[in-house]
Amino acid sequence: MVYLTRRAEFSASHFYHNPKLSPEENQRIFGKCNNPQGHGHNYTLEVTVAGEVDERSGFVMDLKLLKDIMNREVIEGMDHRHLNKEVPEFRDKLPTTENLAIAIWDRLAGKLRGAKLHRVRVYETDDLFVDVYGEA
Amino acid sequence: MKAYLTRRYKFSASHRLHSAHFSEEQNQATYGKCNNPHGHGHNYKVEVTVSGRPDRDTGMVCNLADLDDFVDRVIMPKFELSNLNELEAFRNIVPTTENLSRELFHLFHDGFELAQVEKIRIEETMMNSFEYAGERELERR
Repeated sequence: MVYLTRRAEFSASHFYHNPKLSPEENQRIFGKCNNPQGHGHNYTLEVTVAGEVDERSGFVMDLKLLKDIMNREVIEGMDHRHLNKEVPEFRDKLPTTENLAIAIWDRLAGKLRGAKLHRVRVYETDDLFVDVYGEA
Repeated sequence: MKAYLTRRYKFSASHRLHSAHFSEEQNQATYGKCNNPHGHGHNYKVEVTVSGRPDRDTGMVCNLADLDDFVDRVIMPKFELSNLNELEAFRNIVPTTENLSRELFHLFHDGFELAQVEKIRIEETMMNSFEYAGERELERR
């Protein structure tokens, strides 16, 4: 098995606010991230696929195809968007890095022809990232 | 879906690699420059990985503020600008980054109760890094 990772970047804004909680609770839990004007990050997405190397092509998966799928499924809908207001997964879910990684996994799972999605990693900053492997 | 959140911290500390089990010559042969009796220092980068299903109300595996607070209270006072050889944990073991990884894993694992502590990864320099996930093999990369 060989693991192949492709990286992409997107910039988006978000804020954390749960309407089920009081304003004080929101402020206590989310702090500065609760500012309703939002704030932004340059996210880095890493998608790792796993597979056997095709004998003829020498590829686990055509990188160009992976790049196109990542662009179509994720980047086009999230780059320069407000995650809370414009990305459907976050209509009723907080756009934390955890939930963002899960949403991206769900968008990509089943879309990779030939290879198996192994890991989605989302960096919110250099010092914070989340990995998901599709485990329940 | 289970998520693995990794947060990166840094601290600077000095150490000297010298084993009581070795002769002077063996220490010199084993540790080379790192055996210098005056010690030397590193800017350590520490990554701690915690896991869980994001909380329904907060969307978080654990609140980063709580993890940062734990590091500020428990980890940094002990390690930041310290001499590792002086710490109780390294009284009888050599403060290699292998052993530092184990010590930090146990401090997080035993002390931070708000999420499952999965792994510690330490970069001693840009050129080397160490990972410890307790006495089990790393399943995920």
